[in-house]
Amino acid sequence: MTKHHVSATINGEPAEFLCEPQQTLLDALRDELDLTGSKEGCSSGDCGACSVIVDGRLVCSCLMLAVEAEGHAIETIEGLAQGTKLHPLQQKFLEHAALQCGFCTPGLLVAAKALLDRNPNPSETETRYWLAGNLCRCTGYDKVVRAVLDAAAELRGA
Amino acid sequence: MLDYRAPSTVEEAIRILSGASGVAKLLSGGTDLLVQLRSGRTKPDLIVDTKKIPGMIGIREADGGFVIGAATPGAMIGECENLQKAWPGVVEAANLIGSTQIQGRASLAGNLCNASPAADSVPALIAARATCVVAGAKGRREVPVEDIVTGPGRTCLSRDELIIEFHLPKRPPRSADAYLRFIPRTEMDIAVVGAGVNVTLDRSGACTDARVALGAVAPTPVLVPEAAAALVGHKLDEKALAMLDGAARRACKPIDDKRGTIEFRTKIAGVLARRAAAIAFERAGKQL
Amino acid sequence: MNDAAPQFKWVGTRPIRPDGVPKVTGRALFGADLAMPGMLVGAILRSPHAHARIRSIDTSKAAALPGVKAVVTSADFPEQKFEYVGPERVAMNFWHMTRNIMAREKVLYEGHAVAAVAAISKAVADEALSRISVDYEVLPHVIDVDEAMQPEAPLLFPDMITRGIDPAPTKPSNISKRIEYKLGDLEAGFAAADEIVEMHFKTAPVHQAYIEPHGCVARFDADGQGELWSSSQGHFVVRALTAKLLGMKIGDLRVYPAEIGGGFGGKTVVYIEPVATMLARKSGSPVKIVMSREDVFRASGPTSGSAMTVKIGVKKDGKIVAADGVFKYQAGAFPGSPVMNGCMCAFSPYDIPNARSVGYDVVSNRPKVAAYRAPGSPISAFAVESVLDVLAQKIGMDPLQMRLKNAARAGTQMLYGPKLAHNGYAETIEAILNHPGYKAPLKKNQGRGVASGYWFNAGGESSATVHVNEDGTVVIATGSPDIGGSRASMAIMAAETLGIDYNQVRPIVADTASVGYTHLTGGSRVTFATGIAVVEATKKVINELCARAAMTWKVDAEGVIWEDGHARPASSNVGDFAPLSLKEIAAKRGLTGGPIGAAASVNPSAVGPGFATQFCDVEVDPETGKVTVLRFVAAQDVGRAIHPSYVEGQIQGGVTQGIGWALNEEYIYTPQGRLDNPGFLDYRIPVASDLPMIEAVLVEVPNPSHPYGAKGVGEVNIVPPMAAIANAIDRAIGRRLTELPMSPPKVLAAIDGGKQT
Repeated sequence: MTKHHVSATINGEPAEFLCEPQQTLLDALRDELDLTGSKEGCSSGDCGACSVIVDGRLVCSCLMLAVEAEGHAIETIEGLAQGTKLHPLQQKFLEHAALQCGFCTPGLLVAAKALLDRNPNPSETETRYWLAGNLCRCTGYDKVVRAVLDAAAELRGA
Repeated sequence: MLDYRAPSTVEEAIRILSGASGVAKLLSGGTDLLVQLRSGRTKPDLIVDTKKIPGMIGIREADGGFVIGAATPGAMIGECENLQKAWPGVVEAANLIGSTQIQGRASLAGNLCNASPAADSVPALIAARATCVVAGAKGRREVPVEDIVTGPGRTCLSRDELIIEFHLPKRPPRSADAYLRFIPRTEMDIAVVGAGVNVTLDRSGACTDARVALGAVAPTPVLVPEAAAALVGHKLDEKALAMLDGAARRACKPIDDKRGTIEFRTKIAGVLARRAAAIAFERAGKQL
Repeated sequence: MNDAAPQFKWVGTRPIRPDGVPKVTGRALFGADLAMPGMLVGAILRSPHAHARIRSIDTSKAAALPGVKAVVTSADFPEQKFEYVGPERVAMNFWHMTRNIMAREKVLYEGHAVAAVAAISKAVADEALSRISVDYEVLPHVIDVDEAMQPEAPLLFPDMITRGIDPAPTKPSNISKRIEYKLGDLEAGFAAADEIVEMHFKTAPVHQAYIEPHGCVARFDADGQGELWSSSQGHFVVRALTAKLLGMKIGDLRVYPAEIGGGFGGKTVVYIEPVATMLARKSGSPVKIVMSREDVFRASGPTSGSAMTVKIGVKKDGKIVAADGVFKYQAGAFPGSPVMNGCMCAFSPYDIPNARSVGYDVVSNRPKVAAYRAPGSPISAFAVESVLDVLAQKIGMDPLQMRLKNAARAGTQMLYGPKLAHNGYAETIEAILNHPGYKAPLKKNQGRGVASGYWFNAGGESSATVHVNEDGTVVIATGSPDIGGSRASMAIMAAETLGIDYNQVRPIVADTASVGYTHLTGGSRVTFATGIAVVEATKKVINELCARAAMTWKVDAEGVIWEDGHARPASSNVGDFAPLSLKEIAAKRGLTGGPIGAAASVNPSAVGPGFATQFCDVEVDPETGKVTVLRFVAAQDVGRAIHPSYVEGQIQGGVTQGIGWALNEEYIYTPQGRLDNPGFLDYRIPVASDLPMIEAVLVEVPNPSHPYGAKGVGEVNIVPPMAAIANAIDRAIGRRLTELPMSPPKVLAAIDGGKQT
């Protein structure tokens, strides 16, 4: 079996891994790089639990081949906190009880970060549509949306 | 055993495709291909990633129109202000493909060549008179979008061909387009029906030119000249809308499936054609 | 709110959950996240047929493939005795269960497991599965519940005689069981009614649709000891079922709870755990199995679809005088639908003198149902609460006032036997009546619907241990998997009881060898029953702390009381001692008897039932039939909210699942009996943009049998939404929808063809 050698930047650090051509970026993150924070909920791009940011764009890592990561910059949930200092989104998710089981939470946080990177002052509707690709079966999204809006306000210094 | 290649020129891509033994699949955004790979619905021997080819990602203005790289992700299409101003219907259709995550990857070429009757961008592109540039071993050809898809999952491209870019023509004054789709939820569904309408108005607000295309109501997205004819010569009045509705319904040859019934799809096609026309007229009317 | 509510320091506050940080940083380990050295990949071969006899299975080519370390079929599992065991409402039959985890004589649904392999990689495992040849004799299948009940329907079990009918039928059928509850004189009741409405209903099976697919890792040693790491709603139950299905002693299997990515009832049973354990036993290596999303939909349990008829009679003043319901529930491929719950809960919110409910448990060629949030109750409530709305309109009464007039209260005789022990229902109605939104004006094509619901709530066996650390911090260990913040509520109750800071308490979920037996996280039982265990163990620790202080002070233990986190002399007669803090007592433990800790195991039954009343506003697009939920307000009697945020979260989540059930979720089958929508693309659960904020109204009628008044809060919130939405649609457009889901094609068909109600 021919494995491809891939060099990429993951959470700001250079990273290298070997992968087979059919492996997805999600497979590589979880199985080759031990970054199991990105979750597999569907493998079809419908649940968003595997969300990562590639060169500033939000994508499902289950819908990208690992070999395609060559030369690109990837941000995963593991890179959201700075060491032990939580990102305001993480802090607000905790304060608002925006998670119950916590399985969809990494994907939601990565997606929310991509939103706030682009739009520091999203409306509730914009937030809901942006996050429509992140399924959560526990919360009904209510506290998730509140946490994102509150984190946005904090990041704006409002 | 699956192989992966990422050529850096169109010519190299054509060479790889021409020389491939077994099944070769082109990869642009991959949002359909990877799902099919994972489920085993497609078992290619070779994947040719088009995104390292210069020009495949990006949007430029040319001859008063627009050139969109075949693998340009939806999110980038949505961020192009001039394109949005000239072709709001095309942009909203491209941006309706999947979630934010899908938008980070999904491309016009992928949406078209996946050849689903329900592809969101395709009716809007057809209504817009968009063409695509197809490159292959025999050279390049410009093909109207409506001629690409020949049946569910089938296109007119030969094995050594790939779409490299889409062209949107220069707009006459007082022109606008709109795309609407029906889905059971607000997001994340495949279109049950899609309707793209593109109009040009005269100074009085009467329609001088129209194109109407429907998705998910036949084996391929369909251009409906009868629906366009219902609009031409008319302002946006009840009678024109009723004729449009009827023409749209008559163009439907849908199936019953898990996403909708024949009866439902047919009726909704008329409703969406009317509503999309109303939006297109309103947008064009703002330029009166 | 109770005016005399005691003042608490921690109960009723909203501290950050103890397990929160790992879950927002991606460090928490769920079922698929564990890896062990030398671990193999397990994969399961599943039936492509809805119903077929297995003539033979040839696994030799798979076993011969390099990299394949074990192959199992049903032949590897011991046969089980045919008997229904456990309480009738949740009875299990291991003869059925062993056939569900691995088909024997027949496959009974598409996706039914027939064989499994363990191999060095997923690619090898998948290749091995493709080399297993199964010789099927395809049989006619039946999917729909009404069709399955027909005399000529294909039989799943050729010898199944309906239970619960006297004399027993002589012919076999797909009807596993009939049940009936009766109260009063039905005929006389209907004779006295001024208005009677009888309607038929159908509901589609819906899946819990937790985002985490089932995942586990098993290992097995040559001495017969096994270990299993799995994502479930009850690792003790996983241990018991897996041991039974493998013929092991319970003591030889240790199960560790992974973090669980949602369950809602669906992770109360086993599918992959016995298979992984058997593969580990045969291969000698650890084996991981993770279901794909398609496997989850095809082969794990949704809840029942149903066909129902409900007839209710009322007086002109709104008093319900008679109610009759027939509830036919699909069980899936093996008996055991929640129809008994459906029959028991259907009329329970109301004081009805004459009532009957009849239920049928019906098998068909679908995956065996599993529990789903208040199992059974939402289905029958959809029918009952819809009929009540029709009646309220007929007699011109506000639907909430009608419910209030008939509300069951403490002492009300319930159809299924007991008298209702608690109030709480009427209070939820009043909360909605008093909500300003209930009177707010609506626009064209908009409507407001109300509905109520009942759920038993559960108690049952729970254990907890409490340890005081050397520095006075405290660890509490329970056996309840934390599915939505229960570690936070356990820490709150321990901190409140001890009178110490919440952040001094670390709660954990302990494995099956490290804490006493604890039943499932389900039935809305954890905060109630495991909470009692935590408080009992904490009280034992307090007694011990008092005894240690007494020893230090050289006084009698009775002379010491515990107050505000300190041991104090009970009175000045005891002596003049400065209070001793928990920290100080812990520091001196070596001089007073050593480590301080206690365990408690309990089996409480004095639950407070769950009642909910909700209203929603919807808008219907008259041209497309699409229903948009504009507003949703959900009141629920929660006893007392220990951590209000997570109580609200339960209500918001349950309502949202109900909205999905009402509008779009369903199992769709092809004519061949194959599931046509086994993914999140076409199994349409609500997404963020579908919903408004869900307003949870916490009604607090404390449960006197819980130290802090808690009632279960997890489930009853999913009971009313389907009827509330149907009622709102009817009031918006004058069309009564009686089939779930109320998807756009059905609503549009009702608009175009239906009669004005």
